[in-house]
Amino acid sequence: MSKYLLNKFLFTVDRDPSLVERYRDDPQGTVTWWEANEANRILNCHTGESSTWLAFDDAERAALSTHDYPKLFELGAHPFLTLTLFIAMFERDHEAPLGFQLEYAQRLGGFALPYPDVAT
Amino acid sequence: MAELVAVIASTHHPFYYKASTATGEERPPFADEWVRKVEAFRETLTRANPDVLVMVGSDHFHQLWLDNMPQFLVGKAPFYDANWYNEEREFGLPRMTMQGNEDLSSYILREGIDAGFDLAFSNELRIDHSITCPIITLRPQNDLPIVPVYTNIFAPPLPRPKRFVQLGQTIRELVESWPSDQRVAVVGTGHLSLELGGPRQFGPHGPDPEFDRKAVEWISTGDIEGCCGEVTLDSLHLPGNATHGFMDFMLMMGVAGEGRKADYVDTYDLFHTMEAYFTWYPNGGSAS
Repeated sequence: MSKYLLNKFLFTVDRDPSLVERYRDDPQGTVTWWEANEANRILNCHTGESSTWLAFDDAERAALSTHDYPKLFELGAHPFLTLTLFIAMFERDHEAPLGFQLEYAQRLGGFALPYPDVAT
Repeated sequence: MAELVAVIASTHHPFYYKASTATGEERPPFADEWVRKVEAFRETLTRANPDVLVMVGSDHFHQLWLDNMPQFLVGKAPFYDANWYNEEREFGLPRMTMQGNEDLSSYILREGIDAGFDLAFSNELRIDHSITCPIITLRPQNDLPIVPVYTNIFAPPLPRPKRFVQLGQTIRELVESWPSDQRVAVVGTGHLSLELGGPRQFGPHGPDPEFDRKAVEWISTGDIEGCCGEVTLDSLHLPGNATHGFMDFMLMMGVAGEGRKADYVDTYDLFHTMEAYFTWYPNGGSAS
């Protein structure tokens, strides 16, 4: 299990406008491509340097591939990263102000304190 | 020596810019009162007539990332670009550029390290809304050099609350011992109770009004001892999953001093979170 890698996916997709759209339109394909090509890229480093060991487990891959943000919350992905990216992808589909944010809260309504640990 | 002319602690609400500049049907009903409160708060900084601003905030996973995460970081650069693509996207924040004050940055780094804080530094720091929000609210003309100080309230393991207070106390000592004739204001932003990406987010009020009431009381009365007696890294999960940002308020209480009542206090109960504004004048607030 790699909360760090979940966060790295959310972080790197969120900061790239084209990736935000790609992930919205094709979550499974984007996750497959990202895990194969981007998961081991060391950020903030010279290009061409990579790690060798980072991979999702099945639950993480499935959650990302289905836009299952309650599951990402359960897995301990950083809530700020998940929220920010999912607002970018889905707020536009809701007419009411904060419509998506309130639906998001409602879908997480089954979680009680203490919430899943986000420490990486 | 430099003079500490104002200590200001504030929430940083990224929607203020959009709300305050919206017109017609786009303008939310709470905007006019919010603007009135912010302009009154702004006057408390203007009146202190500062030359330079030490700005305490926290990067929201923009430049600082989990592969290399500092606990406390001081910017040392001649300029700071500001705001990020996802802040434009979500909040409508403008791109900005601030001047730095490298002399004060160097002093805080050298003396801060010698005082027991192993401060990280950055010579190329793009700052985010934790620092640009108070520029927009308190100094919209953006005409003063800054020294940004970033704290980690976001990515555990975090420093404990007491450490934030101690850093605030140290920042005050360093500002007041800086060999300069500049007038310095320390401006820091954090949160009261706040939930982001959890079931209690975006409610009609902040997620824990009782915590907010106590927090405002601690801050406005300078009750560092009482605050530290109740607030722990664990306890901060209870009022809301992003409430660790309250530790930046605790840092500012450290700057202001134990038992030091705020000279200006205002709050505004908004959806999602309570706004809170505090100003202290260490030397009575005389402008010169």
